[in-house]
Amino acid sequence: MDKRETGEQILRISGTEIRKCMKCGKCSGRCPAYREMDIKPHQFVGYLIKGKTEKLLESEAIWHCLSCMACVERCPRGVAPQGVIEAVRTTVTRMQGKNGISAEDIPPIVDELIPQQLLVSAYRKYNK
Amino acid sequence: MQRIGVFICWCGSNIAATVDVERLAQLIKAEPGVVFSADYQYMCSENGQQLIKNAVKDYNLTGIVIGSCSPRMHEATFRKAAESVGLNPYMVEVANLREQCSWIHKDREEATKKALVLLRTAIAKVRLDAPLTAGESPVVKRALVIGGGIAGIQAALDIAEAGFPVDIVEKNPTIGGRMAQLDKTFPTLDCSACILTPKMVDCAQNENIDILSYSEVEDVKGFVGNFKVRIRRKARYVDETKCTGCKVCMEKCPSKKGLNEFNMNLNNRTAIYIPFAQAIPNVAVIDPTQCLKLKTGKCGVCQKFCGAGAIDYTMQDTFVEREYGAIVVATGFRPINVDAFNEYGYSDNKDVITSLELERLMNAAGPTNGVLLRPSDNTHPKVITFIQCVGSRDVSGCGKPYCSKICCMYTAKHAMLIREKYPDTEVHVFYIDVRTPGKNYDEFYRRAVEQYGVDYIKGMVGKVWNENGKLMVQGADLIENEQVVIPSDLVVLATAIEPEPSVRKIATLLTASIDTNNFLNESHPKLRPVESPTAGVYLAGVCQGPKDIPETVSQASACAAKVIGLLVKNHLKTNPCVARPDETACNGCSQCANVCAYGAITYVDKEFRIGGGKTETRRVAQVNPAVCQGCGACTVTCPSGAMDLSGFSTAQILSEVEAICRK
Ligand SMILES: Cc1cc2nc3c(=O)[nH]c(=O)nc-3n(C[C@H](O)[C@H](O)[C@H](O)COP(=O)(O)OP(=O)(O)OC[C@H]3O[C@@H](n4cnc5c(N)ncnc54)[C@H](O)[C@@H]3O)c2cc1C
Ligand code: SF4
Ligand code: SF4
Ligand code: SF4
Ligand code: SF4
Repeated sequence: MDKRETGEQILRISGTEIRKCMKCGKCSGRCPAYREMDIKPHQFVGYLIKGKTEKLLESEAIWHCLSCMACVERCPRGVAPQGVIEAVRTTVTRMQGKNGISAEDIPPIVDELIPQQLLVSAYRKYNK
Repeated sequence: MQRIGVFICWCGSNIAATVDVERLAQLIKAEPGVVFSADYQYMCSENGQQLIKNAVKDYNLTGIVIGSCSPRMHEATFRKAAESVGLNPYMVEVANLREQCSWIHKDREEATKKALVLLRTAIAKVRLDAPLTAGESPVVKRALVIGGGIAGIQAALDIAEAGFPVDIVEKNPTIGGRMAQLDKTFPTLDCSACILTPKMVDCAQNENIDILSYSEVEDVKGFVGNFKVRIRRKARYVDETKCTGCKVCMEKCPSKKGLNEFNMNLNNRTAIYIPFAQAIPNVAVIDPTQCLKLKTGKCGVCQKFCGAGAIDYTMQDTFVEREYGAIVVATGFRPINVDAFNEYGYSDNKDVITSLELERLMNAAGPTNGVLLRPSDNTHPKVITFIQCVGSRDVSGCGKPYCSKICCMYTAKHAMLIREKYPDTEVHVFYIDVRTPGKNYDEFYRRAVEQYGVDYIKGMVGKVWNENGKLMVQGADLIENEQVVIPSDLVVLATAIEPEPSVRKIATLLTASIDTNNFLNESHPKLRPVESPTAGVYLAGVCQGPKDIPETVSQASACAAKVIGLLVKNHLKTNPCVARPDETACNGCSQCANVCAYGAITYVDKEFRIGGGKTETRRVAQVNPAVCQGCGACTVTCPSGAMDLSGFSTAQILSEVEAICRK
């Protein structure tokens, strides 16, 4: 996959209309993980528009996003920055060849020490 | 001695809560001249007014003072009430106990004390009031519109529709203004000519409209209702009544090097020309700076070929004098000169153009027949970069401090039209802000981004240079926090607009005030936005401030309504509170005329008896009461104290000051 194809794949997985973004920054204004992120939520959208795919793939922020969807909730233009972050995360994971876990693998690894937030975010991610 | 009645209003609790109105009514009885006083909940109400009227009759009052809200609010109400029972309305004074007392104070005792002083002050003034009568002046039922752009056209059509004759004086050979140069118009993208030219034709066909094209206002005398205007009709060298607009002359004329100003000098035209196919009037004009016959005496080709015999090389400027009741100024704008901004390289690169030039390059009737070709080599530009705010919002001295208001929208329009017509073109827009207030305006701009994929970059351009035929545009992308360089084929500058410079002369002739940017001032920015402070002068279109076509047309129609409201009157009541010179004291120094913003003061030579049977002739000031606005600037300027203001005489003001200072 070349850079352009990767960009297109991220866009497809994200399922959001990035051109609707008006660069208002409200998503980043709301994000609880903002301070931990090297690339901020609004920049995920902006970088994808500009085709800065490599920067997205190198991002540390994808591991800090809580998938809380607050950005999606707040966006006045109906853009889903989290959708883009999620798509980058998925793309990176796929590129690493670790295509996640199968359904049967889940019960054994869920124990009382697993943060609830992780489970909630997993449901949100995988029930689409 | 005046018999004065004092009426104190509670204004519900507005005044009464802070001022002890009842005590005030008692205290004020002690003032010399006061024969009656009362307080009431709402003086302006039917009952309150009746109370005043009864007292005037019962106590034979010769003057009254109302302690109430601001005179701006109800002075007219109370004057009318007084007049209805035979008291001269100018014998009524209002002491502002609300805005100037109860609303701004908390302490009841102090506020009551101050209210007493305010009442005493008004009483002091009433004592010296004299009955005044408003004069009358007749109204000439004809309007003048200066400038035949869309503003002037709309104003003229509306006035003519109401049945009044209107003259449009247009300095160019045709009416239409800037709108005639535009390709398509936001926010609906309809073709400019398709919506403008029918209106131009309407003007030509309307019996009430007389178009004086290629003409300029030379002199204005008079005042509201009675302007006398001298108009120069520049020599066209073509008889307007004979020319049929066949354009044979244009085909034959050998002088083809004149710059085509209608096409923003992007191509050339013949010495004899009609600016564009739909020109009104559709009559040729000879440019004397280009015509061989007029310059060297040799040629005369157009005369030979003109079947109508319309060419007349001996034509001279002529003058017409007409009278008008009202004048609409609609002189419009031009783009500023951007040479001073050398960072954009406008003067060095043919492919750096202004937005108005782009309009011509995209217009089917333009120099390229509507095919977008870049000026340097007539090729299709593949990458086009727009720069917004060029020369606007700039206090460096090179540009203008204001926002030109229209450029965000027309840049979005240009970007969209280009992407629509040439989808393979890459379009970038550098912006500081995207300002799109207006019905369907933001939606319009968003369409450029979302539907047409125009790349908007937040930041300004700092440098444009030519590198092997590419225009390198270097600017900031403030959102990505980086500097970007975009190799472009065409650079379009969304250039600031400024008032057409000849407006300065018009403003001087009309004594209409103008701001530091040469925009004409309105009488009140919110409540009288289409009136000039000079009575009888109205403002339409960009001459008053940057605006687009919808706003221009609204303002023009508003102007027309104001003009019609004036012209339906047979006479105008004049404000009697105007300046009056004491001729015996006036030494004719002209200082008063210099400060009068309305041009109300003139001078006459008058004979005065100086004793011993002798007379002397002296130059003395005269005030035209129809023009004077009673501002009082002259009274404080006059070094000999010869000017006074009826209703606000110096003696009255001083007695008011005295009343305030009294212990
Ligand atoms: C590039 C560009 C694109 C634009 N696109 C749009 C658009 O898409 N939609 C939109 O709504 N608006 C648009 N506008 C704005 C629009 O052009 C103006 O709102 C409109 O032309 C204002 O009309 P006006 O009558 O006030 O001024 P003008 O059109 O300037 O007309 C003034 C007239 O007065 C005449 N005149 C000047 N001085 C004198 C004098 N001393 N004596 C006699 N006559 C005089 C002039 O010759 C002219 O004919 C655009 C403007 C520009 C620059
Ligand atoms: S979903 Fe991720 S990016 Fe969006 S607000 Fe939550 S943590 Fe921030
Ligand atoms: S909130 Fe929406 S429109 Fe605003 S920057 Fe984020 S994605 Fe863009
Ligand atoms: S006389 Fe002047 S305008 Fe007429 S054809 Fe000759 S150059 Fe042209
Ligand atoms: S309208 Fe837009 S481009 Fe024009 S000066 Fe204002 S902000 Fe700048």
